[in-house]
Amino acid sequence: MSIQVKFFASLRERMDRAGDEVAAEAGLTASDVWAAVADGVPLPANVLVAVNQEYVNPDHAVDDGDEVAFFPPVTGG
Amino acid sequence: MRVEVRSQSFDPWAELARYQDEASELHGRFGATAVFVGTMRDFNEGDVVHGMTLEHYPGMTERYLEDISRTAAERWELLDSLIVHRVGELNPNDPIVLVAVWSAHRADAFDASRYLMEELKSHAPFWKKERLEQGSRWVEHNTPG
Repeated sequence: MSIQVKFFASLRERMDRAGDEVAAEAGLTASDVWAAVADGVPLPANVLVAVNQEYVNPDHAVDDGDEVAFFPPVTGG
Repeated sequence: MRVEVRSQSFDPWAELARYQDEASELHGRFGATAVFVGTMRDFNEGDVVHGMTLEHYPGMTERYLEDISRTAAERWELLDSLIVHRVGELNPNDPIVLVAVWSAHRADAFDASRYLMEELKSHAPFWKKERLEQGSRWVEHNTPG
């Protein structure tokens, strides 16, 4: 198993892909997942984080099989 | 209670009439219906906007809209609620969102519809990309109200 990563909207364009995959390790947080896929780009302050489709803080723990999403401020409605 | 993310254009008034007609538990019981319809403008931040693409996070968006619908039903005395939101390619004048709330009295319907709309705008994972005269741009934040 592994961790599925998703990017949306302007962040997807910036990362040049809709998603990625990270090998699960004990003690990983959502920010660690970002660091593993972002090629040295720091997590932008306004980026929102969701684990398994629920909003979380970047220090939220991530487990094997989780879906971790990063996206810019939302603009629906 | 229904939540729907729609990729095709829709008529909010026909949608509303149909939903209310089919919701037999409403018949004879509601005294108030509060309706909000959001429509695409052809201007933003001083520029002419020719169209837009609306993106969402399939799964999380529907789940979030269901969560706020449930919260509204706990917080106010509601009989029913309906949210329909567009994704995909939109043109000016196209409806983007329909929020409708049914209750026995007006205060619950007014307050719950405002709550649903504000929560949707602040947190539901949707993103707009505008098509301008030259090129396109992501909308970076919503207007305050």
